[in-house]
Amino acid sequence: MRNILLVIQREYLVRVKKKSFLIMTILGPLLFVAFYAAVIWIAVGSVDLKTVQVVDESNLFKNEFKDTESLKFSYLSSPIDSAKRQFEKSGANALVYIPGDVIKQPKNVKIYAAKNVSMELKSGIEDVIEKQIEEIKLSEAGITHKILEDSRVNVKSETISLSEEGEKTSSSGAATVIGGICAFLIYMSVFIYGTQVMRGITEEKTNRIVEVIISSVKPYQLMMGKIIGVALVGLTQFVLWIFLTVSLTSVATTVLSDKMPKSQQAMVDDVEKQMPGGMAKSGMPGGNVQNPVSEVLGAVNSLNIPLILGCFLFYYLGGYLLYSALFGAVGAAVDNDADTQQFMLPITLPIIFSFVFAQFVLRDPDGSLAFWTSIIPFTSPIIMMVRIPFGVPVWELVLSMVLLVLGFMGTIWLAARIYRVGILMYGKKVSYKELAKWIFYK
Amino acid sequence: MNIIEVQNVTKEYANHRALDDVSIDIPKGCIFGLLGPNGAGKTSLIRIINQITGPDSGQILFDGKPLNASHISRIGYLPEERGLYKKMKVGEQLLYLAQLKGLSKNEAMDKLKIWFVKFDIKTWWDKTVSDLSKGMQQKVQFVSTVLHEPDLIILDEPFSGFDPINANLIRDEILELKQKGSTVIFSTHRMETVEELCDNIALIHKAKKVLDGPKRLIKEQFKTNTFFVEYRGNLVVNESRYELEPLKELENGFRRTNIHLPAGISPNQLLADMINQVEIRSFGENIPSMSDIFMRAVNEVPEA
Repeated sequence: MRNILLVIQREYLVRVKKKSFLIMTILGPLLFVAFYAAVIWIAVGSVDLKTVQVVDESNLFKNEFKDTESLKFSYLSSPIDSAKRQFEKSGANALVYIPGDVIKQPKNVKIYAAKNVSMELKSGIEDVIEKQIEEIKLSEAGITHKILEDSRVNVKSETISLSEEGEKTSSSGAATVIGGICAFLIYMSVFIYGTQVMRGITEEKTNRIVEVIISSVKPYQLMMGKIIGVALVGLTQFVLWIFLTVSLTSVATTVLSDKMPKSQQAMVDDVEKQMPGGMAKSGMPGGNVQNPVSEVLGAVNSLNIPLILGCFLFYYLGGYLLYSALFGAVGAAVDNDADTQQFMLPITLPIIFSFVFAQFVLRDPDGSLAFWTSIIPFTSPIIMMVRIPFGVPVWELVLSMVLLVLGFMGTIWLAARIYRVGILMYGKKVSYKELAKWIFYK
Repeated sequence: MNIIEVQNVTKEYANHRALDDVSIDIPKGCIFGLLGPNGAGKTSLIRIINQITGPDSGQILFDGKPLNASHISRIGYLPEERGLYKKMKVGEQLLYLAQLKGLSKNEAMDKLKIWFVKFDIKTWWDKTVSDLSKGMQQKVQFVSTVLHEPDLIILDEPFSGFDPINANLIRDEILELKQKGSTVIFSTHRMETVEELCDNIALIHKAKKVLDGPKRLIKEQFKTNTFFVEYRGNLVVNESRYELEPLKELENGFRRTNIHLPAGISPNQLLADMINQVEIRSFGENIPSMSDIFMRAVNEVPEA
């Protein structure tokens, strides 16, 4: 027992002290935050003032277009044709033409500009015109402003899996994102840390230290120590990433907030309020989309975060243990890094498949493909994580977990038997038949 | 008292029998030479003693008791193919290896300090192993083998890769370890070291034990009752009495030959016979060298 702990300690310290570990730990969140900040920055745009001229033949919109920090409206009394001619000289960014019959023909509004008009401007103008026309129509029908105000209700519904179409769509968006991110993270970590285990084992063979170590500890202890040590490295990196990302994101948001126009500021605040710490990394950029963003994050909030986190941890570890044992067996069977290639494909195939299947499962989280792939230990870490945000019956979850535990116990047993023979075997070109024999050596 | 008793050990791999009913006793406190051609089975036996693999049949006693996990901390092993973690620092690595052998961190530190001073390698503590030359690395590895003061030290080809100065260092260490009461088993092809250092030897060939016992006795066993003479002049030989080997011409007109004495004739008799004929410069018994014994023993084993 003491021996395994000693091995774990060495494997852990050796990797954590490496410069590359520190760089990756810092780089990850930095990249993420830079991306986040860049998106916000771009969305905000360089705050140049854009001038917009309005030719309003209907005379309904005088002063309805409100100046903002980035938009300044001016109303022209000239007819549209002369306005168009004067446009270039005027230096304005855009010219809005509202025909007289706009209420009957709302699609005839035109926006002229020297270059393409930004989405922001376009939708901003459309919004104003829509609202105004609505108001006019409503007041023509006899509904006053006050009645309109009173009728506004803030609806917030709880997303239940049995809900109507509308509700399900928005939370499925969040669920999709969360599921996808979890799947991706597990996929990456199995590869990154699994191959670390494999390389470590092959290194010990190549530099021959394995024989000395084996005279002090049992092969099984050395193998497990390595697997667990690398698992801890992965967990450490993961925790550090979350921690750094959250703190850096909040710093970045604060720094950027004074640069943003008020409307967007309000929206970002909204976004922040709805962001629970762990979901910060899901990175909803404060873009042009206003309400949908906070809506999705509201839906995210409604998902069972503790369950998702707990399951993520379980499947992250379980998937890693299952595959790293197999990677370890490969590392022990070959003499150098180059020979590992031939064995990599069969082992990584199930992982790659699960990633591919994940796309289908996202569309049909309760179908039979989803069911089977979330139960089989080789694909379950990724697929089950995809399913969980959508809700999974408890018995299926338990079954999947039990099978995963049996799965990694099985691969560890298998790997240990190959390992103890492989580490002292040099020069043999190993085939599957050979490996099978090793499993049964005394 | 024997530190190790190998009792009827057999070990087979796939299609190949590595050890065939081998039994050897290794007395405490001696320097024991484990000899044999390549592929004979020496490394297999060493691995079994180190509990890296197990015998298919037979057993090994360590200090009177069957081998078990508690013996690991009492054995030190330097394999033939040496190696350390390249990227780890020397000090850190030695601590790790010592702890795996059962020492506490503090004990290991204390002992390491002594060795670092002894080998004059104080500056190496923080160096990465890959920064050291091969000879330096082997020195470090030797320290790791003996640091925990094991009762039994097994060295597989200890001198390979060392320059003469360092080889001497190792040699002195081996003698010192014996003095302190440890037993040293070393496996080697360098017969001159066996000549010089070993008290007992065993020879394994084609999975079987061929020779076993104190070096002195084995030499006795292989004595051919031959004497060498360096003389000047012409020797007339009584053919029925003496067998003369071909002459070898030396400088200054001297010659050298080996003479085999049949049973019943003493060396004094030979001397008496020669003294009147030639000028004798040098005379002595041909005690077989370990090299000779090795070759004869290996060639005498019939093909299995």
